[in-house]
This record gives sequence, structure tokens and C-alpha cells, in this order.
Amino acid sequence: MSAAPTLERRAVMRKLVADRGGLLVVPGLGSTTYDLAAAGDHPLNFYLWGAMGGAAMIGLGLALAQPARRVLVATGDGEMLMGLGALATIAVQQPKNLAVVVIDNERYAETGLQETHTAHGCDLAGVAKAAGFASVSTVRTEAELAAAVPLLREAPGPIFATIKVTPERPPFVLPSNDGVYIKNRFRAALLETPS
Amino acid sequence: MSSDTSTSATWPDEIYNVLVDEKVRQVAYVPDAGHTRLIDHCRANSAMKAVMLTTEEEGIAMLAGAWLGGERGVLLMQSSGVGNCINMLSLSTVCRFPLLMLVTMRGEWGEFNPWQIPMGQGTGPVLEQAGVLVHRIDRAADAAETVLAAARIAFSGDRAAAVLIAQRVIGTKAFK
Repeated sequence: MSAAPTLERRAVMRKLVADRGGLLVVPGLGSTTYDLAAAGDHPLNFYLWGAMGGAAMIGLGLALAQPARRVLVATGDGEMLMGLGALATIAVQQPKNLAVVVIDNERYAETGLQETHTAHGCDLAGVAKAAGFASVSTVRTEAELAAAVPLLREAPGPIFATIKVTPERPPFVLPSNDGVYIKNRFRAALLETPS
Repeated sequence: MSSDTSTSATWPDEIYNVLVDEKVRQVAYVPDAGHTRLIDHCRANSAMKAVMLTTEEEGIAMLAGAWLGGERGVLLMQSSGVGNCINMLSLSTVCRFPLLMLVTMRGEWGEFNPWQIPMGQGTGPVLEQAGVLVHRIDRAADAAETVLAAARIAFSGDRAAAVLIAQRVIGTKAFK
């Protein structure tokens, strides 16, 4: 087994979206939605409060519709595990502007920190590589994170990274859960504002 | 394979023309015998992005992303795939994403496979329970106008709309 993780999830999300420019961001339900809200609310965040297993595919539809914009899916390990087939579907499409990141605490944080499959050896980066992602990595240290972030933001996709983080539960930072509002705000910012 | 009607029928061509007219740009599908001709047309159109799924609920999420990005889409599947979509449909209904689903029916007219019958018989009620507006094509001649009606209520009414294409229209599968 690998050494215990040391990266902290909120700091990881802050680095993923720092100086985000025109970045379009889709988190998963639960912790990654709170992490993204904690990093700073933004109209180009499409927060999820449900639809478990759907984050990566929302990212694909968005990336196909907006090939000139970078799309970052930043979800949790439990959410990714519920929709693993999406990795195969994305790999077939080879979207150059899509990055999928799993902030991996090896736990279902929302339901009581029960272990997920990644706590028992399931290698999500290996799954993504085998599915056909152009580039995959597993990030465990600050140095690896510093190297990975610019690639996730700019390197040709589809690119995948699992970032191992400590299983703490930081205080809730809750964005709006009004789906119509989040959707319309996102579309107005993307489609009605010159980039 | 399907009976003779599916190889000569023009209803898939008519549905395709509606999708073109309605400016559908993303076509999410799980390969299906009843939708073969429509899928082939979409794959051949360079203005459409035809995306093969591993399971139907991926398409619900993908088309939500498409709409966020300013594009219209359609989800093509067989009735057995509807059961895979139920929780993901909350994305469409809560956020009021337009969603157009075209569903080829199994488990009804002349079905020989008992394993198709439970989901086939449940398809319409299950979709309605999940908040989807359900349309149905029982005659091939009604295909285009029914798909157009569903597309309008989806894209202009910001709702999830399904069109169930009857097994009698598609032709009953026979192993021979």
C-alpha cells in the first residue's frame, strides 16, 4: 500500500481553479461541490446536488458543445465509480478540451466516510488509461500537484488525474441548490458574454 | 433481425429530417436494431456529434452538458434502457434541462423474449413517474409529427420529453 495521503481537498480544489479565466467547471455531488464553492462561487460552476455518476458525462457534452473552451470535471471517487463507463465513452470521443479529475479520499464522505473501492486497490488512473485517455496520472504530493495542474488546465485531452487527499470533512460551504438558477446563470455567463 | 418493414420503412428518415430541422447537434445512443437507420444517418452527418454510450443514463448527463454549452441533443435507446435512466432523470427535471428521448419499444407487440416484457410494459409509466412527458408512435405515418411535437415541448418548454416508438412500427424481432 502507498503512504497515507497528505494533500488537503480544499487546497487541491483551490489550486485546480486558481486564475481560472474562462474555465468551465463541473464538480460532482457532495464534497467536490462544497470544495468548489469554498474556492469561490462563479457563474461557470455547474454545481451538482444529485445525478451521482453523471459529472464526467456532463463535462463531455459541454466539451463537445464548446470545443474552444477548457472544461474541468472535478469529482469524487465514489461519484466516478458510479459512472465508470463514462471513461470509455469519453475516450472514444477524445475531446481535446476535457480534463477529468478525481479528488480521491477513498471514502463516501456524504454517508459517513465509508471506504470506497479505491481504498481497496481500485486504480482509477489505470482504468482511465486502459479506457484510452490520452494522459493519466495519480497525484500524491505537493510537487506532483504543482506539475499536474498546468497540464490539467492546458494539455491536450482527454486528460485524467486522481489526486489522493486526506479523508477529513471540512466545514460545509453550500452553494445554491436551485438547479434552474445554476443552469441559467451558467448559460448566461457562457453564451451571452463575449469570451 | 427485424421484419421486412424495418428495412424498407422511411420513418427513421423522417425522424432524422426533424432532428436536422430542429438543429440537434449531439446524438447520444446505445446501439439498437430499431434505431439502426437513424443512427447511421446521424453518424454520417458531420454537423452532428454521434456519441456511443456504455449505458443510457450517460446520455441524460451528456445532453445536460450539451445544453449548458448551447447545443441541442437527442438520446436514442431501447425501452430496456429507460430503466437505467431513472435517477439521472432528476438532473433534467430539477434543472429543467430540455431532453428529447426516442425510445424503440420491446416487450409489447409480438414479443418473443419474456425478459424484455417487464421493462417494456413499465416504460411509459416509469417515465411518467420520473416527470417525463410521454408521447407514443403507434403508426409509422405519425412518426415525424410526433417527434416534432416532443422536440418543441422539450426545447421550448424546457422539459424532458420521450417518444415511444411502438414495437409494431419497428417490426418484431425474430431469430431465424
